[in-house]
Amino acid sequence: MTPLAMPPVAIGPLAPVLIVLGAAGLVLLLDLLPRPVGRELIATVALAGLVGALLATLALWGKPGRAFQDMLVLDDFALFANVVICYAAALVVMLSIDYLGRNGPETGEYYALVLFSTGGMMLLAAAGDLIVLFLALELMSLSLYVLAGLFKRELAASEASMKYFILGAFATSFLLYGIALIYGATGTTNLDRIAAAAAGRAHDPLLVIGLGLLLVGFGFKISSVPFHMWAPDVYQGAPTSVTALIATGSKAAALAALIRVLVTALRGSQPDWAVLLWVVAAITMTVGNVVAIAQSNLKRLLAYSSIAHVGYMLIGVVAGGSAGPGAVLFYLLTYAFTTAGAFGVLTLCERAQAEAVEVGDYAGLARRHPVLAAALGLFLLSLVGIPPLAGFVGKFYLFAAAVRAGYLWLAVIGVVNSALAAYYYLRVVVFMYMREPEGAGARLVPSFAGGLALAIALIGIVLLGVIPAPFADLAQAAVAPLLR
Amino acid sequence: MLPVTALLSAVTFVPMLGGLALVFVPRRRAGLLKTAALLIALLVFALSLPLYFGFDGDSADFQFEEQRVWMPTLGVSYHVGIDGISLLLVLLTTFLTPLALASAWHAIEDRLKEFVITMLVLETGMLGVFVSLDLFLFYVFWEAMLIPMYFIIGVWGGANRVYAAVKFVLYTLAGSLLMLVAILALYYRHGAGTGAYTFDLVTLARWVVAPGLAQDLMFLAFALAFAIKVPLFPFHTWLPDAHVEAPTAGSVILAGVLLKMGTYGFLRFCLPLFPDASLAFGPFVVALAVVGIVYGAWVSTVQADVKKLVAYSSVSHLGFVMLGIFTLTQQGLVGGVIQMVNHGLSTGALFLMVGMIYERRHTRLIADFGGLWKVVPAFSALFLIVVLSSLGLPGLNGFVGEFLILVGAFGVSPWLAAVATTGVIFAAVYLLWMYQRVIFGEITHEENRALPDLSPREWAMLVPVVVFIVWIGVYPTTFTGKTEATLEALIAQVQSKSAVPRVSLAERGRGAPESGHPPSATVWRTPLP
Repeated sequence: MTPLAMPPVAIGPLAPVLIVLGAAGLVLLLDLLPRPVGRELIATVALAGLVGALLATLALWGKPGRAFQDMLVLDDFALFANVVICYAAALVVMLSIDYLGRNGPETGEYYALVLFSTGGMMLLAAAGDLIVLFLALELMSLSLYVLAGLFKRELAASEASMKYFILGAFATSFLLYGIALIYGATGTTNLDRIAAAAAGRAHDPLLVIGLGLLLVGFGFKISSVPFHMWAPDVYQGAPTSVTALIATGSKAAALAALIRVLVTALRGSQPDWAVLLWVVAAITMTVGNVVAIAQSNLKRLLAYSSIAHVGYMLIGVVAGGSAGPGAVLFYLLTYAFTTAGAFGVLTLCERAQAEAVEVGDYAGLARRHPVLAAALGLFLLSLVGIPPLAGFVGKFYLFAAAVRAGYLWLAVIGVVNSALAAYYYLRVVVFMYMREPEGAGARLVPSFAGGLALAIALIGIVLLGVIPAPFADLAQAAVAPLLR
Repeated sequence: MLPVTALLSAVTFVPMLGGLALVFVPRRRAGLLKTAALLIALLVFALSLPLYFGFDGDSADFQFEEQRVWMPTLGVSYHVGIDGISLLLVLLTTFLTPLALASAWHAIEDRLKEFVITMLVLETGMLGVFVSLDLFLFYVFWEAMLIPMYFIIGVWGGANRVYAAVKFVLYTLAGSLLMLVAILALYYRHGAGTGAYTFDLVTLARWVVAPGLAQDLMFLAFALAFAIKVPLFPFHTWLPDAHVEAPTAGSVILAGVLLKMGTYGFLRFCLPLFPDASLAFGPFVVALAVVGIVYGAWVSTVQADVKKLVAYSSVSHLGFVMLGIFTLTQQGLVGGVIQMVNHGLSTGALFLMVGMIYERRHTRLIADFGGLWKVVPAFSALFLIVVLSSLGLPGLNGFVGEFLILVGAFGVSPWLAAVATTGVIFAAVYLLWMYQRVIFGEITHEENRALPDLSPREWAMLVPVVVFIVWIGVYPTTFTGKTEATLEALIAQVQSKSAVPRVSLAERGRGAPESGHPPSATVWRTPLP
């Protein structure tokens, strides 16, 4: 009997993911030591893992690799997404240290779960096969479900976790069914081979239904309308640091995977999904922005704003070509810096033993904490898309891609939405700068790591806004391997 | 001495860098903050003077040009330069900013540090708008400058400041975002047509979008952004709120400089980039301008609040500027450009003086004053000069601009000129009537008896303005001489690029032909009555 032939395993391309998962294991071990170690140490290990993964990612840049018979594709596209994900997770870890010490259980499992979900996100962005895509999605999501309910004693947290889990599981089953149908139609789960098998029969009913179900699953993960209902409740109930991770990392990973699937495997059905996503993009940004206007809870406001931003990013997906996906990648980078920063400011504020999440809590913040107010102000202005901040350049590339591809009206809907969005972002600025506080408002809880994280995010949004070209060009170049 | 090649960038960015340096001055050193900010603003003015003296008025080219690579893959470059139009507006900006800062000397005490930094950052934003020769760069400055103004109105403004500030931003943002789409559409059309993808204005202006729906839509998108800023009737409703609620310094900058960005945008972008659409829509713009002239004047007449009166008078005065520009005649355009400067000086000074009187009495209602001449003669005398300049008395600056504009307008449509002239008459009515009720007569309120006259600081602010008011009135060539060549080239450019045949400049220079048909029939696609 001949021994089972083992396929060669290429560890090299996997290094970033392995570093993150290794750090997760180490964190769990540290937590198990008989003598408890400080959570600062655990957090530092987690941060080191993420920074290591970031460095490994940068080292791999330009050296595309594939592993496990094309199940994982570590091309520049995946690497760019990795940078966004690692960066977002690292910021979240830095923000968590003092935030958790104040509000939550002092356990290592939090950091382990953050790392596991980050590993899932990285795999998701690199998935070259629908099965891996599904597994990575589950790894990411299951960790996030638990994290969302971390504050066990709070009713809202339990509700968030439960809602996230049930709706998430529901959506994942749609996704799985879609994968099954696509497999039925093409006989493979490999993205490249799906593209080859689907060529010339874009209107195969199995394929079309499979595509639709896949989009439902993804729609949930990126919280596009009409699958966005979970987002506000989960964003509100989850610990703010976890909300930041859900809003940035998980969204970046899911969008990267969505783009990869659409642009490589389902390239032939482009006319179909472009029309569908055109409508979804228009509705998503409009619903997100309109509903955000009515919010008084900042976490809910940012939740609806993040829904709207998904709408903007879908413009890039619809635009397609080489400009569209590149614009989305770049936007993800700017969005991660901005949104992580905005949530970061929230983690640093509290009022009378509770989290400061109402807009009213921030009345007069500019008088009490001018620097913090200026930081939140800049993050919000970047979300509005005011130059010369990152958010503007991100939107500029998206709208440019849309105009270039001839989707003029989608671009017009996008800019009208941007004007609409200015209202609710500026309302927060109004509270911070132009209102006097009623009673004790939010106050700053000093945190070195948190402050550092905010400083990094601030430098990021200014840098990306003033000299965007190198980064945007990298994003454009990163998309090239998908388009071959 | 700076190398001349970087002079324009220095003028543009010194205010912001100075403002950022002030971040490190402790908050309690209020005197130092004020003085330093004023000195920075004066330094910028001094730096901008070589622009005037070094500017060749016989050339229509951009001067003091600088171009550096910024985003090469997109065709975006840092390209700045000035011509005869932007030169005057840059000087106006650097001239008014120190005055605005000085006006806040005692008026602003709350968060003074933030205030002076915001003002300096705002100056960079405004200068950037006037010097940008790249559409992307222009758009960055155009939008970025909204935010400091938003804070100035919203933080340091009057009772209803938040409403006014948010309205100001949302109006302007809504207009300019559509312009962004039009910029992108122009970029890709130019790229597809010529193979060169660039946001460079000079390159884009050499090319012309095929006349038709596309050009019309792009023109409308640009025009909406600029019309809101001007503001052209009926897009003016943000203006009274913003002007009245803003602190004096904000009103001066708002009226003096910000409104000019709209008219400047029409000159710099709409006319050269979309000549056919400009000609096609010209009559509508002119009609709106004339409606604005008359409407603004009427509404001003019935105002009880001096500041609101001055605010509405801006609608009327800017209507003249728009009328002048869209006559597309040499006289009209020169008048329009010089009127931009005039309005900046006169209305800026009016807001300064309204601010001075408000600081003394904490009211701006006309009914609360009366008989001030006996109490504050120096103030009253200067106020008279400024009022007369604003209503266009010959010998002062306002007359020069309005006269040229009306000459230009008469050439294309005597009827429109006649209606617009009523705006001049009404300006005399509302301004003199206001002046009479505030300054002349008996003192009706006891509180007014003890008002102090102008302080040395206030003298220092007003005298330079009055000097220029008289200077432009007596010898406008100092200023028009720098701008005529540019405007002549602009008219030639619009005519040569548009598809409709028309008479040459030389012929039109002779005025209306004897046949009674105004040359407008050939200037505009749709003749006016």
